[in-house]
Amino acid sequence: MLLFLVLCPIAAAILILIGAPARFTALVSAILNFIVGLVLFLEFDRSATGFQFVSSTVVSTDWGIHFAFGVDGLNLLMLSLATIVTVAAIWFTGNIGNYERGFYASLLFISAGAIGAFASIDLFFFYAFHELALIPTFLLIGIWGTGNRSRAAWKITIYLTVGSFILLIGLIMLYQSLPAAARSFDFRELQSVVARNGIADATQRHIYLLLLIGFGVLISLFPFHSWAPEAYASAPAPAAMLHAGVLKKFGLYGLLRLAAPLLPDGAHYWTGLLVVLLLGNIIYIGLVTIAQRRLDWMLGYSSVMHMGYIFLGIASANAVGNTGAATLIFAHGLSIALLFAIAGQIRERTGTLSFDDLGGLAKVMPFAGLTFGFAAFAAIGLPGLANFASEIMIFFGAFRHGWEMQRFHLFQVATVLALWGVVISTVYMLRAYRATFMGTMPERWEKVADLSRSLRIPAAILIAALLAVGFFPQMVVNIVTPAIRTYFTASK
Amino acid sequence: MISLPAPHLEIDVLVLGIAILLFETFAARVDKKIFAYVGILGLTLVLIASFFLAPNSLEQTSAFWSFYTADGLAIFFKRFELITTIVVLAMMIDYAPVMRGATDRFGSNLGEFFSLPLLTCAGLMYLVSAIDFIFIFVSLELVTISFFVLVSFSRKDAVALEAGVKYLILGGVSAAFLVYGITWIFGVTGETNLQRITTAFASGNIDIQAATFGAVLIVVGLGFKIAAVPFQIWVPDVYQGAPTPVTAFLSVGSKAAGFVVLIRVLKPFLMLPNMQRLLVLLALLTVIYGNLAALPQNNLKRLLGYSSVAHAGYLLIAVLCLDGPAMTFYLVAYLLMTLLSFAVLIVVSQQNGDEISGFNGLGKRQPLLAFAMVIAMVSLAGLPFTAGFFGKFFIFAAAIAQKQFLLVAVGIVTVACGFYYYLKVIRAMYWPAAGQPSVQNEIITISPLSRLIMVALMVATIVLGVYPQPILNALKH
Repeated sequence: MLLFLVLCPIAAAILILIGAPARFTALVSAILNFIVGLVLFLEFDRSATGFQFVSSTVVSTDWGIHFAFGVDGLNLLMLSLATIVTVAAIWFTGNIGNYERGFYASLLFISAGAIGAFASIDLFFFYAFHELALIPTFLLIGIWGTGNRSRAAWKITIYLTVGSFILLIGLIMLYQSLPAAARSFDFRELQSVVARNGIADATQRHIYLLLLIGFGVLISLFPFHSWAPEAYASAPAPAAMLHAGVLKKFGLYGLLRLAAPLLPDGAHYWTGLLVVLLLGNIIYIGLVTIAQRRLDWMLGYSSVMHMGYIFLGIASANAVGNTGAATLIFAHGLSIALLFAIAGQIRERTGTLSFDDLGGLAKVMPFAGLTFGFAAFAAIGLPGLANFASEIMIFFGAFRHGWEMQRFHLFQVATVLALWGVVISTVYMLRAYRATFMGTMPERWEKVADLSRSLRIPAAILIAALLAVGFFPQMVVNIVTPAIRTYFTASK
Repeated sequence: MISLPAPHLEIDVLVLGIAILLFETFAARVDKKIFAYVGILGLTLVLIASFFLAPNSLEQTSAFWSFYTADGLAIFFKRFELITTIVVLAMMIDYAPVMRGATDRFGSNLGEFFSLPLLTCAGLMYLVSAIDFIFIFVSLELVTISFFVLVSFSRKDAVALEAGVKYLILGGVSAAFLVYGITWIFGVTGETNLQRITTAFASGNIDIQAATFGAVLIVVGLGFKIAAVPFQIWVPDVYQGAPTPVTAFLSVGSKAAGFVVLIRVLKPFLMLPNMQRLLVLLALLTVIYGNLAALPQNNLKRLLGYSSVAHAGYLLIAVLCLDGPAMTFYLVAYLLMTLLSFAVLIVVSQQNGDEISGFNGLGKRQPLLAFAMVIAMVSLAGLPFTAGFFGKFFIFAAAIAQKQFLLVAVGIVTVACGFYYYLKVIRAMYWPAAGQPSVQNEIITISPLSRLIMVALMVATIVLGVYPQPILNALKH
């Protein structure tokens, strides 16, 4: 089943390149994947521990590399996110004049890369699948982007290359820190070997730092963030949805998956640094976001800023905080995808996203206004929407961690400062909403049309998921917590 | 079951080459392309025969086997060189129209153009088997001299002549360094056989300084062959001036054999003090120079020339860690992606020249070529699911295992440089920079043979990018 999830978009992309009708094939494969993802979610055995639906093929016996897939609660949630956003992104794709096949194939490759990275339980393919998305992103921004697209395409590509090669070095060091006979890239093997032998403290510190920088670049951790707003502002809306909503979460997922169970001491050692950096994300980038004069740049920066909360959850190193982080990954992925989708629709209709040119669009685009409102409120963290539930867990987790680490009150301070981040995000989201949808409308937008009927379906799917998790957070928490709890019991 | 001794492979190739040369002289009226097809067919047969080799244990005692070995590495690289030559011959067929115009007024010496690669191939096959300095030198000369001719083959062309002269002079100088180094080593140990030199070094009764001097000279001599910095000056001009198939041959076949010799020679030499430090320095200079110099290039042949210098740097990392499998895998990946990019270049350049701007809009004009080029560039850059990534992965793993962290750190930066200039080609094909002519509308035709070869190279690049074990296994015998 997992193999199908991974191979379906790749097969569809190849079919499209060969000559199948582009939009139809892409949409069918995305919906198939969505259904399979849903089935997976329902079939998943919530009481069992460890990975389920495992399939494994040996690729290299010398190196212990396996083409292996499996799910536990943590990546089940990531896979659901990926399949939902893929459907929405492909559905929201408008008319593509130039290289239409290439556009849909690139989207599908990004989706396959993200799904493959989330579903892999082998470190090697976990890394490799993420890289599958690199060239499609480069092409999507370069060929179909807007604004200074060449610059944005180069910037994101070079940044992500450096980040992922630093990450690769970290992963190789992790692999080589195990005793020679027991080396493997399989998560399960890794976990059991580390549980038996452990990794020396000094080694853990080196590896964790490399992983933090490597993943940090991919996640746009302050100060490695500058590629993100530029790329998302230039990228066509579906690409921004997939990249900001799903692919960027790869790094966070990687930290959740690797840091706590394999490198607890390394993570502990660098907590101070991480907290300072994530406050940079929340406060500094938050203020930068307020200063933006264009909707697309504002959204790009806001997506960078929200990474700070997820990092706070990860840094809190307990089950509550990490569960909150995992849930926020899911919630943020949905809300940012929705925001980029609506921004893309506005750009398609008006040709501009500058706040000075927009205004009063709620009159002509009531449904878009409503949807944008939902997504913006979700991003702020209004109760009843998914982000609220996750942020609460993160704050509780982080605050408690401060007590657990004696005399380490940085966490209390950080939590309080991070709470002010909510105010900051309220300011910029509401200002953006006002500048775009409220106020007086320039006359030239009189003829702008609302979202077409068919586009309301993917928007509704995203909103429904946000509301469902917002009202019934237990639905996902029950799945994620057992997986994460094993990490913290195993390491202590 | 039929089986034949390993040295027969080279003899067969030599006989084939000489036979084609003779036929060419007496059969002036035949379409010369037929010789290339015969060459491809013959080499394919030899390639098949290489899988039915007799175990060579009986002959180990004879004097021949003190300078010739048929170990796993040698057999593997004999196949490697055979495959390279086959692909190069196929490229030459595509390239023949250009050569007809560029050679002398009769345009009749294409037969030599097709038969010389066979002689080179025999030299390369000897080279990978050589375990004695004298034999190394002799086979190296066989390779180099046939390359002297091949490089300057289009002799009406001033650029080609310049390339030929440069290659001739620097090739001669490097050979002189090599011979001088060999004499020093012989003076110190009284041996030319690598095995016995290793024993002599290990015994400790040698003049270390004299041995180091000799070793450095030999590394310099070989440094020319593999184009390590600072012995790379000839690369861009020769790569640009030589006929494109010859460039491909030079950058794959000759470089691979050079690395096999280097790793064999370094096994004893790395016992000398400071030798590893020298090689680290060489590797650092090579990756940095190769990658930085490639950044501003606008001519694809020059770009590939500098990129081959860069790859020599990564390979040096594997060699100085004495990691044979990593080096071998990287060379295999390098063969696939370099030959693929040259194959595309040959087809495109006949209409649009060697500049990167000639690739503008290729995505529209000929999607297959554009896609092949994407695979080649992505693999050269080192993205997962291509052979190039596993190559870099193994090399970085080897460097980390040896705690060469400086090399690793520099490696990350240079890999990022690499992404820039390789993706520049992809960008030209799909979205040319502003101000450049966007789409040239001529249709480009591809012959069935080169279509077959391109698809085969693409498939191999991707398959090895997912499943590298066959190459690792092939070395174990």
